[in-house]
Amino acid sequence: MYDKQVRRRRAVLALLVVVSLILLTAYFGESAGSPLHSVQRGVVAVLSPVQEGASRALKPVRDFFGWFGDTARAKKERDQLRKQRDQLLQEVAGYKVAMQNYQQLAGILGVDDSGGLRGYDQHTARVIGRSLDNLVSDRLQLDAGSGDGVRVGDPVIGDGGLVGHVSFVGSDYSFVTLVTDPSSAVSVRVLDAAGDFGLMKSSVGNPLDLLVQLLPRDASIQQGDIVVTAGSRSSALESLYPPNIPVGRVTKADPVELDADQQVHVSPLADLRHLVFAQILIGRGGSGQQRAQVGGPAVAAGGP
Amino acid sequence: MNRGEGYQLPLRLALLGFLTVVVQIAAISQVTVFGVSADISPLVVASVGLLAGSLPGAVFGFAVGLFVDVALVQTLGVTSLLFIAIGYWSGRLRELRDPAHGLVPLAVGAVATGFSTVGFALMQFLLGVRAPVSWLLLRQVVVTILIGSLLALPIYALVRRIVRGSLPQDPRRRRRRAYTTGGLSPLQRPSAGR
Repeated sequence: MYDKQVRRRRAVLALLVVVSLILLTAYFGESAGSPLHSVQRGVVAVLSPVQEGASRALKPVRDFFGWFGDTARAKKERDQLRKQRDQLLQEVAGYKVAMQNYQQLAGILGVDDSGGLRGYDQHTARVIGRSLDNLVSDRLQLDAGSGDGVRVGDPVIGDGGLVGHVSFVGSDYSFVTLVTDPSSAVSVRVLDAAGDFGLMKSSVGNPLDLLVQLLPRDASIQQGDIVVTAGSRSSALESLYPPNIPVGRVTKADPVELDADQQVHVSPLADLRHLVFAQILIGRGGSGQQRAQVGGPAVAAGGP
Repeated sequence: MNRGEGYQLPLRLALLGFLTVVVQIAAISQVTVFGVSADISPLVVASVGLLAGSLPGAVFGFAVGLFVDVALVQTLGVTSLLFIAIGYWSGRLRELRDPAHGLVPLAVGAVATGFSTVGFALMQFLLGVRAPVSWLLLRQVVVTILIGSLLALPIYALVRRIVRGSLPQDPRRRRRRAYTTGGLSPLQRPSAGR
């Protein structure tokens, strides 16, 4: 009797492990349109309204627990923002003069400045889910999908800065791969004296510490410099992001590190851990086809 | 046991698993403490293993893991594998040692959280995702385990409350039997002739 129980227990355990391994292997080798992915999409489509309802219903609970951390962070932010405000007030006066000069010169030269967000519709969506472990996969789920015109590759902004890009779309939901995800890479420009270009990736083991790499060794970047998207529009290597979206602020620009590794450290402007709403930039007049997915091996394997 | 009671445990576990994953994704994952968010799903799986045994623990772990992978559009089978191990070994601990100390769920919760966090990172590394190995990762793992340990006891109490009436070796049933048989099992009941 006891032997029978032991055999049964071991058989069920082995069966579960084998089923898991089969699912893992099959899913990993499949393309995005294969049966397992379709089933997964179907289940998520069914779950999405439930998740949205739960997200709204549990918001007071989230807010209550988030209040403690928010209070401490808000005090620190208030002091930083006061300093920034004073600095920015001085800068704004200079920029206004520069802007007037620019507009006059642009008029004379006939410069086309139709970049930025002008070519996009902004669709506001609510955050209804978030990945469990932000060290290996930093994504969030929004309550807008292909029914709202969202496509894979659409940029997402929120809380004053770049959030990431849409990496997976269902009928009424979508997954956003954040700029802090290990698979994410954004071509950026540092607004220092020279306007240096670089490639921004998340730091290994600390997603909120972004690294701008491939910078010139002699770049004169200072702590506090703003980083914006570069927005390459080359047809061969089109950037996912339009130009001049604020991404982050330089937190550490060590000349030794810049000389050795050609990189500086950047903190994202958007508070990516406490987003409630985000805006999806939906391109106007697109071909209607989804852009190719970009990212690391998880994406190549069919994940978002 | 009547026919309806046989379905009680699976039904309760299915509801528990569904609610766990929905609440985890919709609420708990969005609250961060010291830069990490709590993960109650391994704690619930470990609690079910401790209360119901290795087989229900493993099956529950598989189902919850699969549900997590589906809901988060992750590679299917990764979380299932980890949660099968957590559910099975929690159940085996109960079956082999039957620990009675009140802090056992706390220790099991800590081990389950650590195993889940490190295991997930390792599995992702094996699947080709860049491995985030650093002191900060270690710090985050430690903080995650601490948060998991803090939540382990209340989660265990909650799970016990939910599945209590449907467990095969429920203390209430033992009390019922004691009431009907005078405290002895039928085999031990003294015969009238002696």
